[in-house]
Formats: sequence, structure tokens, C-alpha cells
Amino acid sequence: MSTASVPLPNWITYGLMPFLNLVVAFLISGVVVWIIGESPLDAVTLLLQGALGNGEGIGFTLYYATNFIFTGLSVAVAYHAGLFNIGSEGQAYVGGLGAALAALALDHYVPWYVTMPFAVAGAAIFGAAWALIPAWLQAKRGSHIVITTIMFNFIGAALMVYLLVHVLIVPGKMAPETRVFLPGGQLPKLDWLIALFGGKLGAAPFNVSFLIALVMCVAVWLLIWRTKLGYEIRTLGASPTAAVYAGIPYVKTVIITMLISGGLAGMMALNPVLGASARLQVEFVGGAGFVGIAVSLMGRSHPVGIVLAAILFGVLYQGGDALSFDMPKITRDMIVVIQGLVVLFAGALEYMFRPAIVRIWQRLGKA
Amino acid sequence: MENLDLISILGSTIRLSIPLIFTALAGLFTERAGVFDIGLEGKMLFSAFAAAVAAFMTGSPWIGLLAGITVSVLISLIHGFAAITNRGNQIVSGVAINFLASGLTAVLGQAWFSQGGRTPPLAATARFTEIVFPYANELRDSGILGRFYANVISGHNILTYLAFLAVPASWWVLYRTRFGLRLRAVGENPGAVDTAGISVTFLRYRATICAGILCGCAGTYLSVAQSAGFVKDMSAGKGFIALAALIFAKWRPVPVMLACLLFGFLDAFANFMQGKSVPGIGEVPVQIFQALPYVLTCVLLAGFIGVARPPKAGGVPYVKER
Repeated sequence: MSTASVPLPNWITYGLMPFLNLVVAFLISGVVVWIIGESPLDAVTLLLQGALGNGEGIGFTLYYATNFIFTGLSVAVAYHAGLFNIGSEGQAYVGGLGAALAALALDHYVPWYVTMPFAVAGAAIFGAAWALIPAWLQAKRGSHIVITTIMFNFIGAALMVYLLVHVLIVPGKMAPETRVFLPGGQLPKLDWLIALFGGKLGAAPFNVSFLIALVMCVAVWLLIWRTKLGYEIRTLGASPTAAVYAGIPYVKTVIITMLISGGLAGMMALNPVLGASARLQVEFVGGAGFVGIAVSLMGRSHPVGIVLAAILFGVLYQGGDALSFDMPKITRDMIVVIQGLVVLFAGALEYMFRPAIVRIWQRLGKA
Repeated sequence: MENLDLISILGSTIRLSIPLIFTALAGLFTERAGVFDIGLEGKMLFSAFAAAVAAFMTGSPWIGLLAGITVSVLISLIHGFAAITNRGNQIVSGVAINFLASGLTAVLGQAWFSQGGRTPPLAATARFTEIVFPYANELRDSGILGRFYANVISGHNILTYLAFLAVPASWWVLYRTRFGLRLRAVGENPGAVDTAGISVTFLRYRATICAGILCGCAGTYLSVAQSAGFVKDMSAGKGFIALAALIFAKWRPVPVMLACLLFGFLDAFANFMQGKSVPGIGEVPVQIFQALPYVLTCVLLAGFIGVARPPKAGGVPYVKER
């Protein structure tokens, strides 16, 4: 009998196997550090100190984690419907436009808490809009969503550069970015939250977006496991033919799922655009959409798992920054290497150890 | 438009199309065998780095090419191990390869050469340099045909001509050999191929190795022929444009070449148009040309330019019935 069909207890599938995969990814990262000629142990110590050693480090870690929660949720919602949205990057980028337009329109007149709902809606609508055409192409024309969302990442990037260079740029300035938003268009920092635990936020841009991200986690959990639509989404993901046979409308469900996914990706823009830099800049997404794929995979598409995985990647990002400062031989690109290894082992090779584990499990069962 | 220099645009079209042609042909082999290959970009980047390092160390572009191909094949095998042997998600594996390529080349480049992720500039002897065809210089000033001969036909490096040879060669392998027939079959109906007693796994591995070799040529072209050394992230999305070209060509070798030439032409034309203004319209933003290959591919996928039908078993790992 093939090992693929042997059932394993949940703690092995959701606990042990991801853990083993992560360990392998980190061991290989250690080998890369060692090849470069630095001590992997020292590197880990510096990384953890930089990410979690003080309030400012934690603030940066959670700031990065906020981005990854949004994009991770975005990938996860689509994944539940069996759709692979690798366009979160582009949807977040275009979502930034919606958030920025809301801030630019309102920051002169109202305080931030009035601007915020408009910015959230703007980001979500623009992000969702950018997912609409790939969704429609998938649902109606059967063109593979992976391909179309990749294409839309590039089209979105070209569009945003055009808008920033030619339309939104401040006249007379060289930098392709909007004007700086007034406090009415900025999301306040969560220094009180860090202070609650006796830390100091310092320069870290940890802001209200984090709370919005947590609210979205609950909302996604409710949607997927407690609503009719969520049930339809999961059925579609488990078996499209069975879903259609059961009377679930394929076209409608695919499009709505992708709109939600795109909306979540778009909301990621709140964090860097309104929370951190208070302006719309070129390439502000910086690969967070792709990290979302890793986060969603590692978190097994569940909001709790996504938050944990997002914090892990937040630690890597912030710790990697600190590390490249202390060990100049290890550049910031090392984060991308670790990221790649995590995606490879926790994602593509997630079942690598399964046959071996099944054999051990069966032997233990017989004994 | 002032002096629209078509001949020089065509010359640079050829130069910009070559990495696309190699990479799209690479994708043709894997995708026709039923393995999605999002990692083309990463393979190209890895091989560009390996080729530049090897060419710098040894001073020989040929050893650079060999190193580029070797590394690219190794990465293909990793993709194969994940996607074929472990039946992992092929798209995730490709995404991982792209991350690894972008990160590892920059980290190692900085650690070994300390030039911000670059490799040291290559001497002319360590590169594939332009081959001037007989009488090209004499004919350069003799009318339009002479200029075409001198700028478009002649004056490229050996990899350019290799790319144009790779197109009919790929066609021949895919459509006129037993291996090619089986490869195409395994992308449509692996179960049937398996029933005929042919190993699906081995066939798909061979397809990824073919892709590795072609991506290796593409990467080497970038760092050892087109430029004189590796620059961080120098593939700059070309792997994805090649993927778009592959789809635009509906997974067929000769149309792949034409699609790559079209996208290369768009790129060359955008470079030419930069800073020039069109009467009546003004300056055309360069972003339009950058987005056009992707827009065209999406329009094609929407079914407005014929139907693009991908290999049926693409992206689905093969599980033998038991």
C-alpha cells in the first residue's frame, strides 16, 4: 500500500511535519551563512536580538508581520477555493492607490479616525478591482489564474509607476511619490501597546493597521468556517465538479472569492502607506505579496497559523536588517534566501518526510 | 517622428529577444511535459551568476556557459524533485526558486566579490563577443540591404545564432522524435503514457533537464554576452515575459520565437521612444510598452485572439493508480 493514503494524527500533519520542514530550511540557511564565512550561531543570536531584543525591534517585527498577515489572508482565502492567487503583490500595490486617494482627499478636513474607514474601503476596493479581471478570466474563460495574476502584477507595477511619475507626483519634485499626508491621513502608532509591556516603540512604524489585520483574521475565520459562502468556497476548493453538481454557482463563487482575496491584499497597503511613510511611493509593497504565499502555506491557510507564520517572517525581516548591520558580510538578501528555503521546504516539499514518518508511525503502531 | 531608425531598432530587437527565446523554449519543454515552470526567471538568474563567476575565474566564456548550464540544470532537478518526485505544488516550487535565485546570487556575490552583489567586470576575452560576418563593414554604407546585413544579420555573438538554431532544433525534438512524442503525450495524458510502460517520472525529469540547459544559455547570454558581468537581479522579469511569450505562442516552438521577437521589439521600441515625442500625442509613457506584452497575453487568454489551450495535465502531479 502506498504511504500517501495512510492517515496520520493531526499533531503530526499540522505540528511535526511543518516543524521538520522549517528545521531543514533553517539548517540549510545556516550552511549558507557558514559558506560565507560567518558563524551561524552568532547570526541567529544577532537576528533574534535585533527582532525581539527591545521595544523598537518588536515594533518593527510586528510592523512587517502586519503586511504579511494581510497578504497571507489574501492568499489563504483564494486557496480555500482552490485558486492560487499569486497576484497579491499587484493587488496590494494598486490597493495603495485607493488608500492614498482617500488620505489625500480627506486629510485636510477630518481627523484620522474618520479617514480610516474610507482608506480601508478604498484600499480594499482598488485591490479587489485588480483581482476582478483575472477572476473573470478564470471563471468565464478558463484561463489559469496563476498566469493571469502574474501578468496583472506586472501590468499593475507599470500602471502605478506611470501614475506616480506622471500624475500623482508633487510638481517640481524629482521623487516619484505623492505629497506627505497630514496627520488626518495617517494611522497613529501603537506606542501604548508596546508601553503596556514596558517597552519603547522608538522609531518603529508599528501602527493601527495591526489591529485592522487582527480584525480581518477573525472576519476571515468567520467567513470560511461559519458562513454559507465560506462553505461554498471550501466545497469548490475540495472538488469543483462536486460543488457545481451540488448547485454552487461556479462563476459567482470564483469571482466573489477573488474579490475578497484582492480586497485583503489591497488593505495591506494601509500599513506602509498610511501607517509608516505617510505617502504613496514606488514599489512600497516590496515583495510582501509573495511572502504572503509562504505565510499562507506555513499557516495551513488558517488565520491563527497565518498570524504565527507572519510573525516568524516579521522576525526574519527585522532580524535580518539588524543582522546585516552587525555582520556586513551577510546582506539583507539573506532574508530572501531564507524565505526561498522556507517556501521550498514548507511549501513545495511539504510531504518530503511523510513516507518516512508513516513508516515509523506504522512500526510504532504494531509494537 | 524624427529619424525612425528601423534598422537599429531591429538590431536591438534581436539582442533583447535572445534571452526570451531561450527561456520560452525552456518553458516549452517543461510545460509540454505537464510541469508548470514559474521558476524560469530564477533559473536564468542563477545561471547568469554562475556563468559570470566561472567566466571571471577562468577567463573563458565557454566554461562560463558550461557553469551556467550546470547550475541551471541542478536547479531544474530541484524543481523536478519537488514537483515530480514529491508531488509538491509546482507553482510554489517555482516561487521558491525565484526567491532563492534573487537572494542567493546577491548574498554570494557580495560575500565573494564585495561589489554590492556584482561580479567583477569581464575582460573582452572572457565574453562572447560580436561576430562580424564577411563584408559586413564594407556593406554597412551601401543602402538599406547592406545596413540590414551589417546590423541585423551580422554583428551578434555566438549565443544569438545558437538561439535561432535552438528553435528548429526544439521543433524537431518535440515533433519528429520518439522522445518528443512521448513528452507531449505525458503533458496531455500521463496515465496513457504510463500504461504504455513508459516512466512518467523519468520523462518529466528529462524535460526539466532540457529546460535547465536552455535557461542556462539564457542566463549566460545575459551576463557573459550581453553585459560584461553579473548585476544583482539582472534578469529583471525576463523570465516572466518569456512565460507570457510561451502562452502567447500557444505552446508551439516557431510561434514562440515570433512572440519573443515581438516582445523584444516592443522593448527595443520603448527604449528608442524614450524622451521622444510623437506629433499630436506627445511623449508616450514607457510604461505602456512595458505593460503591453502582459496585456496582449491576457487579451489572448480571454479568447479574443484564438484560443490558447494549455497542455491538459499541466500543473497536476502524476499519481500512479494502485
